[in-house]
Amino acid sequence: MALKTWRELPIGCVVSEPGSASEYHTGSWRSQRPIWDNKKCIKCGICYVFCPEGCVQQTEDGFFVANMDYCKGCGICAHECWPRAIAMIEEG
Amino acid sequence: MGKRIGMEVAVAVAEAVGLCNIDMAAVYPITPQSHIAEHLSDLVADGKIDAEFVTVESEHSAMSAVIGSSGAGARSYTATSSQGLMYMHELLPIASAMRLPITMAIANRAVSGPLNILNDHSDIMPQRDSGWISIFVENGQESIDMSIIAFKIAEHKDVMLPVNINIDGFQLTHMVEPFEMPTQEEVNKFLPPFVPHATLHPAKPVTMGAFAMSDYFTEIMKAKDEALKNSKKVILEVWDEWAKLFGRSYKPVETYKADDAEVLMLTMGSMGETAQMAIDELRAKGIKAGLVKLRLWRPFPFEEIKAAIKNAKKLIVTDRANSFGGPGGPVFSEIKSALYAEVQRPLIYNYIYGLGGRDVPVGDFTGMFEKVLADTANKQADTYEFWGVRE
Amino acid sequence: MIEVRWHGRGGQGAVTSVELLAVSAIAAGKYAQGFPSFGPERRGAPVAAFTRIDDKKINVRSGIYEPDVVLVLDASLIGLVNVLDGLKPGGKLIVNTAKSPDEIRKDLHFSGTVATVDGTGIARKEMGVPIANTTMIGALLKVTGVMDLDAMKESVEHRFGRIAQKNLNAMKRSYDEIKISN
Repeated sequence: MALKTWRELPIGCVVSEPGSASEYHTGSWRSQRPIWDNKKCIKCGICYVFCPEGCVQQTEDGFFVANMDYCKGCGICAHECWPRAIAMIEEG
Repeated sequence: MGKRIGMEVAVAVAEAVGLCNIDMAAVYPITPQSHIAEHLSDLVADGKIDAEFVTVESEHSAMSAVIGSSGAGARSYTATSSQGLMYMHELLPIASAMRLPITMAIANRAVSGPLNILNDHSDIMPQRDSGWISIFVENGQESIDMSIIAFKIAEHKDVMLPVNINIDGFQLTHMVEPFEMPTQEEVNKFLPPFVPHATLHPAKPVTMGAFAMSDYFTEIMKAKDEALKNSKKVILEVWDEWAKLFGRSYKPVETYKADDAEVLMLTMGSMGETAQMAIDELRAKGIKAGLVKLRLWRPFPFEEIKAAIKNAKKLIVTDRANSFGGPGGPVFSEIKSALYAEVQRPLIYNYIYGLGGRDVPVGDFTGMFEKVLADTANKQADTYEFWGVRE
Repeated sequence: MIEVRWHGRGGQGAVTSVELLAVSAIAAGKYAQGFPSFGPERRGAPVAAFTRIDDKKINVRSGIYEPDVVLVLDASLIGLVNVLDGLKPGGKLIVNTAKSPDEIRKDLHFSGTVATVDGTGIARKEMGVPIANTTMIGALLKVTGVMDLDAMKESVEHRFGRIAQKNLNAMKRSYDEIKISN
């Protein structure tokens, strides 16, 4: 996307499109990713509650996955998961 | 045209703001501004104006509150002075970058330390680069007029910038003097309802004051600079409209007996009228003295200043603040910078005076002229001096 | 132009008086300024306040150094501050005191016009308070003739509401009872 010139900026740089920050894929910062072991998962949802990015979602079968467009790999979900169902693995 | 009445200027400013259909005021009291805060809160509490008066716990909060309310689309007003203005400092460039047409009265007062409370311009000068339109007034009438006019300038669709009105503390704020107060009907006719460029409303969500990185920051600064420069056209139009409606005309630069003057003096704020008396005394002695009064500080009126002083041999720039360790007073360096490229320009002298409320009688102004005229070898040109300082 | 310096103590209403006087003069079609000595003020401490009245627009905004008239609201200030400071030759001194003008003249070694009235006594009788600020406006108007006593009515009524008439009565008495010695 071409960057706007100063003349094209809206007055006061108001962002008139709500939720447009979702276009920014913060998952590109990630160096580790969470992996769920559903055999250990008890579907308590603590990963969902603690994810600071709000990118953990519950699937139809009740287990949890992270949206990798936004997951920054912070590891809070793995740290908080007391049945130890989440492991952080290196990216790449 | 209204009848001349007498009132304390600070109270009159609050009365004038009360005519402007404001939605919200957040004013933290500070000497010598307090009478504005007190009277405005009276007007709200007595039900005379339909507005919210937000009792904030500091000037930082006052400015934050008006930024929020202006963003929500409310006509918002505040006022402060000295340390209060310094405390607002970090928010001032945010208000202008967000293009929020807040208006603010500043009862100019010396900045500590030492603690002083009396009048000079050392509070507004550090805010110079905040991106606000900045106007200096000379008397009570102008304090009232500009308090009303500021809303129209700020909210004009081609401006959308905050405006500060500089009213000399005590010298003006605490003076009971005559003026004409416009009527509610006249103000209604002059001042249209506020139409914000965007509002914070759940029905149409927007983000204001978003983060910007190096890819956009330069463009945003350029846009702000252009907005401020372009505001001059609207300021001139609005002042002309005011002159047609009320018969009181305002220009970015005013002159008094300046056309054929060989020595000119430049003042800002309430000292102008006293300096005018010095001009009359000097003229009576056959000295070709004249006065230039700078009303519009930002956007700076380069063309008008050049036109006003081009024929003078010597120019005395007076300053009510200093740039420590720098080139002298802030007005002095601005005028020098405006004249740098001119082939024909006067020799410039700078007197820093009236600091921390030191009184400036007519004789001080004539004294400045006499000193400059006595400098026949031009040895003191391009220097600055603390006028009247005890050596 | 007439320039008046008022001497009082913080809380005695000198600032209120200069305001009432300026507002009334302006309402009467004149030009006027009323202002306090700028800065912090404390109850009981000596304070000054100033009045300028003219028939044409007043441009000067500096302090008053050579007043035409000095009005002393509290005679206990005499000796404490130099109430004659800068008073023009031929200037007039008005003092709120039960003493005669000649006694004050002798006390101060002053050769100009001296006028005295027991403003505090009048205020106590007419209003029940020993605050003579509005009372002494009557004395000032008599000595200077700068405007009619009636010109004060509107601003005093606006300011004092139901106790306005008492203030106006006291003002009238000091106007009538002031003793002037040239």
